[in-house]
Amino acid sequence: MDGSFILSHVPDYLSGAWVTLRFGLYGVLCSLALGLVCCLLCYFRVPIFHWIAKGYIELARNTPLLVQLFFLYAGLPRVGIRFSAEACAVIGLTFLGGAYMSEAFRSGLESVDRAQVEAGACIGLTAGQNMRYVIFPQALATAIPALFANVIFLIKETSVFSVLAMMDLMNVADTLRTSGGRTVEVLFMLIVAYLLILLPVSLLATLVERRLRYAGFGDQHSV
Amino acid sequence: MQDLGISILFKGINFQRLLGGLWVTLRLALITIGLSCLFGLLFASLLLSRRKLPRIFCRIWLEIVRFMPQLVLLYIVYFGFARVFGLDLDGETSAVIVFTFWGTAEMGDLIRGALTSIPRHQTESAAALGLKKSQIFLHVLIPQTLRRLLPQAINLSTRIIKTTALVKMINVTEVLKVGQQIIGQFYRQPDAAFWVYFVIFLLYFIICWPFSLLARQLEKRWA
Amino acid sequence: MADTILRVENVYKSFDGQDVLRGVSLQIREGEVVVIVGPSGCGKSTLLRCINGLETISSGNIFLRDEKISGRTKDLHLVRQKIGMVFQSYDLFPHMKVMDNLLLGPTRALSRPRADVEKEALEMLERVGLKDKAYALPRTLSGGQKQRTALVRAMLMHPEILLLDEITAALDPEMVSEVLNVVIDLARGGMTMAIVTHEMRFAEAVADRVLFLEDGVVLEEGKPEEFFHTPKTERAQRFLQSFTYASKRGTSEKQSKNNLGD
Repeated sequence: MDGSFILSHVPDYLSGAWVTLRFGLYGVLCSLALGLVCCLLCYFRVPIFHWIAKGYIELARNTPLLVQLFFLYAGLPRVGIRFSAEACAVIGLTFLGGAYMSEAFRSGLESVDRAQVEAGACIGLTAGQNMRYVIFPQALATAIPALFANVIFLIKETSVFSVLAMMDLMNVADTLRTSGGRTVEVLFMLIVAYLLILLPVSLLATLVERRLRYAGFGDQHSV
Repeated sequence: MQDLGISILFKGINFQRLLGGLWVTLRLALITIGLSCLFGLLFASLLLSRRKLPRIFCRIWLEIVRFMPQLVLLYIVYFGFARVFGLDLDGETSAVIVFTFWGTAEMGDLIRGALTSIPRHQTESAAALGLKKSQIFLHVLIPQTLRRLLPQAINLSTRIIKTTALVKMINVTEVLKVGQQIIGQFYRQPDAAFWVYFVIFLLYFIICWPFSLLARQLEKRWA
Repeated sequence: MADTILRVENVYKSFDGQDVLRGVSLQIREGEVVVIVGPSGCGKSTLLRCINGLETISSGNIFLRDEKISGRTKDLHLVRQKIGMVFQSYDLFPHMKVMDNLLLGPTRALSRPRADVEKEALEMLERVGLKDKAYALPRTLSGGQKQRTALVRAMLMHPEILLLDEITAALDPEMVSEVLNVVIDLARGGMTMAIVTHEMRFAEAVADRVLFLEDGVVLEEGKPEEFFHTPKTERAQRFLQSFTYASKRGTSEKQSKNNLGD
């Protein structure tokens, strides 16, 4: 391996990593918001909207991100709906991630004991207060591992952003590979870059899960 | 004078061409799923091995698969192996190698999870009834393991089907590529791209959705 | 004569076509303690759950101080603020400290100032012997301590009536009395209560009136000393008999006396 090649291209990878990380993060945050909204719509069975949410979740979970992006980026403009590549990236990732986040929240909510819901109602809380103070905190604790798994999944999925001509890690590597031919070095740096991004996320997940377990309101739902 | 873009799909053999493209990735997925089940069993037995070395080996394998975007793995095998080992693999072979490498680890971990989820007292109480070891496996452990495993394995399979779309990125002529060719032929039809990508999106949904429903149904029934 | 707090009129309730309550009527006056007994599946728990709207009734009416509370779907929480309920599984909120469990209802549902409620909560915890647990997490408490906390949580809402649904059924035997003593203390303080229980001695000790429910109807109603010693209906006699065991050395009349009487 050529050390000087590697060193000289660190800045390229840094800028690629920044794109991956930034748009991954936007996607994750929007997915969390969308997922939360969808799962609440379904939980409270909001008329009509909960059917829309369910339909969307099925659509998003059963199609590849790559296909979704092609539709957004190359298909929609032909009927007059045009987004920038960056917007497509965030919209695509959110479309995919929102469904997965919603499922994670849903299984968290389902894990909360019915008796807890009733106990909350019995001290006179409104449905909203009950959700906010009693149900959701417990659901969140159960959902955390699945939510983190989704975060890692979504950041990995950003690797197809190169079809939007975005200079993310994957595209940086691909460009260097085709121009310089140093395939081994290029791929090596790609691996290292993804590891550096995803390892901290995974460590954070472990840390949070452990803290939750020690905080130990796990006695309700020992899985 | 112009028709709706969707009509181009029914001109000549365009629709058959799309389906043919879809079959390329579907065939890859089926081969991958089959191999993953097979090797997954081996992988699980290594994960549950009493010896440390195979366990560590599998753990590292699993972590690689969890951290590396499948697209990166595809690049490593498709472009990297040619450089390092002089192995000039075609796209489909690379895809089968990569997706099986990934599927084996995930499937193996699911099998391990299903096996270890059965409480120990199930074995003990079966033994207390005087059943032989083989009988315990056949009548007590395997049915319970399958119930837990099957829904998750089906979900993994739909993930594999969706992920095989990535072979587009290593120059395999699959459904998106065929779609692009069709759009190229009909460049005078402005909304061709919209309809082609929309139909591809729907095709994926039509294939994956029944599996998702089946998995959920089984999960509900066997919960 | 004291005011009527709760009036249940001819209530029917069915699950999947099966009638659980078949025309139950009862009245509870202010300060009165009514104990509801009966075999499992007779509908006692369902009755309590219907009263505070956890189940919707099929027909009939329920009034709380002349306000009809059955059949409404809007603002049900306002009704429940006036009705306290404690379950057999305690159902403390596991992610909150004892104090936060106690404060949640009064501060959020009733919008009372936190400092006031906290002071009151500490006083009540002291009365039930749990002052030192005020800032502990529920999982560190024993079953009996959890249930006493649940009672305080319900009482802090200053309910018009307290519903207790087999609150000792999940407890280890040695913890039963610490919880029941709190209930008896509340009864002495004039709290209006409807209690479902399997503890016959406790029932006799705390009740002003006993209702015997079977197959969804009130079969017998009376003062505790009458009901437990000279039950009028044959069904009630058989029910009370079920608390005796056969013995290796003949029937154990004695055991039953121990269980029910003095």
